[in-house]
Amino acid sequence: MSTKKAVKQTGRKKAATSAKVRAPVRKKPGSPISVTDEIDFMTRAWMMELEAVERYSTLADAMEEHNNPEVTELFRKLSRIEQLHADQILEEHLSKRPPVLPPGGIRWDAGEEGPETADPGELHYRMQPYHALQIALACEQRACQFFTKIARSAKNTAVRKAAREMAAEEAEHVQLVEDWLKRTPKPDPDWDHDPDPPVQSD
Amino acid sequence: MHDKVKAQGGRGVSIALAGSGGAGVMTAGNMLLKAAAQAGWYGLMVRTSGPQIRGGEAAALLRISAEPVECLDDRFDLVIAIDWQNIHRFADELPLDAGSLMVGDPDQGNPPEVLTQRGTRLAQVPIKKMAKAIPGSWPNMIMLGIAAALVGLPLDAVKSVVEAAYGKKKKELLTPNLAAVEAGFASAQTLPAVPQLAAVEPTQTPRWLLTGNQAAGYGALRGGVRFVAGYPITPATEVLEWLSPALTKVGGTLLQAEDELASINMIIGASFGGVPSLTVTAGPGLALMAEALGLAVAAEVPVVVLDVMRGGPSTGIPAKSEQSDVSIALFGLHGDAPHLVIAPNSIADCLGATQWAVHLAEAMQSPAIVLSDQFFGQTQAVVDRPADMHFIGERAKASAPTEAYKRYALTESGVSPMSIPGTPGGAYTADGLTHNERGVPSSQAADHLAQLDKRERKLLRHDYGDYWAEIDGQGEIAVITFGSCTGPVRDALARAAADGIKVRLVSMRLLAPAQPERLSEALRGVKKVLVVEQNHSGQFHRYLRADFDLPGEVRSLRHPGPLPIHAEEIYRKITEWSLM
Amino acid sequence: MSTASVAAAPITAAAFKSAYKPIWCPGCGDYSVLSSITKAFAMLDLRPENVAVVSGIGCSSRIPAYTTCYGFHGVHGRALAAGTGLKVARPDLTVLVAGGDGDGYSIGGNHFLHACRRNVDLTYIVMDNHVYGMTKGQPSPTTEPDWESKLSPGGTGLRTFHPLVVALASGANFIARTFAGDPNGTAQIIADAIRTPGFSFVEILSPCVTLRPEQRGWKEQAHPASVATTSDPAKAARYLMTDDGFNIGVLYKGNRKPYQPPMGKGTKRVADLEAEFSI
Repeated sequence: MSTKKAVKQTGRKKAATSAKVRAPVRKKPGSPISVTDEIDFMTRAWMMELEAVERYSTLADAMEEHNNPEVTELFRKLSRIEQLHADQILEEHLSKRPPVLPPGGIRWDAGEEGPETADPGELHYRMQPYHALQIALACEQRACQFFTKIARSAKNTAVRKAAREMAAEEAEHVQLVEDWLKRTPKPDPDWDHDPDPPVQSD
Repeated sequence: MHDKVKAQGGRGVSIALAGSGGAGVMTAGNMLLKAAAQAGWYGLMVRTSGPQIRGGEAAALLRISAEPVECLDDRFDLVIAIDWQNIHRFADELPLDAGSLMVGDPDQGNPPEVLTQRGTRLAQVPIKKMAKAIPGSWPNMIMLGIAAALVGLPLDAVKSVVEAAYGKKKKELLTPNLAAVEAGFASAQTLPAVPQLAAVEPTQTPRWLLTGNQAAGYGALRGGVRFVAGYPITPATEVLEWLSPALTKVGGTLLQAEDELASINMIIGASFGGVPSLTVTAGPGLALMAEALGLAVAAEVPVVVLDVMRGGPSTGIPAKSEQSDVSIALFGLHGDAPHLVIAPNSIADCLGATQWAVHLAEAMQSPAIVLSDQFFGQTQAVVDRPADMHFIGERAKASAPTEAYKRYALTESGVSPMSIPGTPGGAYTADGLTHNERGVPSSQAADHLAQLDKRERKLLRHDYGDYWAEIDGQGEIAVITFGSCTGPVRDALARAAADGIKVRLVSMRLLAPAQPERLSEALRGVKKVLVVEQNHSGQFHRYLRADFDLPGEVRSLRHPGPLPIHAEEIYRKITEWSLM
Repeated sequence: MSTASVAAAPITAAAFKSAYKPIWCPGCGDYSVLSSITKAFAMLDLRPENVAVVSGIGCSSRIPAYTTCYGFHGVHGRALAAGTGLKVARPDLTVLVAGGDGDGYSIGGNHFLHACRRNVDLTYIVMDNHVYGMTKGQPSPTTEPDWESKLSPGGTGLRTFHPLVVALASGANFIARTFAGDPNGTAQIIADAIRTPGFSFVEILSPCVTLRPEQRGWKEQAHPASVATTSDPAKAARYLMTDDGFNIGVLYKGNRKPYQPPMGKGTKRVADLEAEFSI
């Protein structure tokens, strides 16, 4: 992620030493989960969207608190878009039996978050809309891969069909964000420039 | 002069029982006091000892009287020593004169010169040999018998105390030790006379025998304290030891903390949870608690800190009394941090003052520091049962908070109803950061000022009533004092009164917030003010000078511990000054 | 996830999130930790008014106000003491103590030892970023010896503190490490910690992207522990002593009885106590 690379190293610690390479805790995209039927599948798809809604909203709050109105607005917009997706799933597939969210949210696999949920660790207070869209693109791509996998591996035919539809939908979203990125100015070379040191608080 | 004053019943007789490790002088002293109490006398007993945990030199200092006594006398009528080892270390605390009598064991050598130089009479009794002659008995029981006989305490009263001590659990010890008491009592018949106790009738009104540390602990419970955290420290530990089982009986709990930083933060946490809470410490611990007391001020969490003062600074003289934590108690917090400072003025008042402190802390959601001291804390006294007081801790609580709940609402009284965890809709974050009315951190000037104003206002607008000070007498001379100096001041004023000198007494119970108008009222017409305190730098005197308007000429009478301020020096100062 | 804890009207994580926007830097791991805490509370079907979040001072210690629970933001290093007092006085509440590595392992180190030893039924989470954030980047007890800062040019040269080993040696009943970048996994472990009686300690690797930007690389380093949770302290000690600092999981779960000092039943009236003073 470009936000990461561009951050100046304030500490000169050598790259942390890790003797052996192991599987990282956070895997992307989220592994498929065992899905029983179409309703179950759509419920999870709906929850995935809701989780994304909430996360974008949190990210917008963080940017708002850090006086970055452009990116704040962008995350708010992304949150609204995901809400529309969630509503659409509810209306088209789950209207007969409105699902109930499990407390604490859904468990994807090995404790992971939903594939479409943005990682708050990717934020930077000086980030520009382009960066935010890169985050959104990665989310849509993960969602697309997630559904594609289920479309291939699910045992239930109806689930496979629904997953194909969802994958196509997400592919469309990927395309939309890509177009959006094209219309968005690339970040300034010194986008993260801040001549002042961090502030002392408590 | 002494003889003249001694004739007054109130002065009573003063006895010191001394000896080194294993002599059992404290046990003998306790029994003597208990016997006197049961027979109808008042009295008190101060323990003094070397730094050794076991085996050190020790003395029980008693004053027994037909009238209530609140301090030791200036001198001793009688010193009985089982041995004289290292007793010179207490010489300052054993003022003797030609009228005093020393009783020693000839086999244990002679008393040190520092005790004999004032011409004090010496009588010899072979205490250890006498005890040896009665197998199973101890020298301190011989000593007890001698003391009782010399001051005119009935033998039966002493025997019944010995019976109560050994009669049930250690029956084999009873007979020989009763015999020892009798032998000591008989041996005293040939000794030189010392003043006898004035006759009393067994009392009809209830009396208590307790220490100031116990009284303070009981006062805390009466005020409503149900959670205590504390770290052991001399001379305050006994409060915790008394409270531990007592709390269990009344539905509370006590936690031994890892240090004083933990104690104070634990009680702040518990009080945040709605449970009236207290900790107990001495100067070094109070210093460690200063930061968190600021938190209690800012977050408006009521807590009570009982500081049993000892000689300072630093480790100082841990087991001896001094009133030298006045400044830290008043001014030791960082920032503008108004809080309550309360000082009991007698051993019995350790109960009332602590109970009042709990009441005030809860009413104003403020920390309160109670300044007791080692003299109050560790002295056992016979007192009239203190009158019941209506003061209990009652906190203004938000009963049905809504979305709009403001924990730190700017009320007229300055007190804002507090929501207690568990109350739906009232969640807020208690914060040491400057905050607005809702408790949200703020660095805005207006919020800071508003909250500082409110916290000051709630302390200043409270009606403290007459309980803020003990005010006695009339006259153009006034003595202002606090805490354990009140006893000697009262004694001195009684002597002055006998000489026809009228002196006013103001013993301040509420040290902070300052009540300058009330003090001015109490001092109306006064032309000379004497400030009495037991510390080196005159901390109380400086405070009075800074925050109050004192009329006429002001003088300071003070010295540090471990020596108590004696009635005699106050009396002398007053009589001298009254002639000028 | 415990299905038994799902009540008829399950509460959502959002119900535990307050309206206040965190002051944390965008990218800070603490955002995820906040999300994990709220999820854990929801998983356990708690109610905000019955939960107290207690903290000291530091970036992460700002967390109480970001929840809808009762919050206590006290002084630096004393969160465990305040939390202990609260829990002992109010055993009916769920108490979560939270803070950073400086607050918990340096200024609050003594309370950490004794909280582990005392084993009061509360959960302590430390958002460890190996640095003092609010004072702009001084080394903390968990900072690597060669990490340079203005205060420690050339690095401290000091051995890093091992909180999990210290917790084990001091008697903590539940010891886990999680990574902030795995909010759901962290939520599961926090829920487990709260559910487990006694003192539960959860060390959360929570990157500081401002002062330790290289910690963005933690997501590649964190990995599930290669051993299952043990109740054998000797086994846990051996594993933790050779730990690389990035093992994620519940590493020790004992069965010590939680400490609650005798809470009297109140069989006596206060006035009854004065009998012992009567002559």
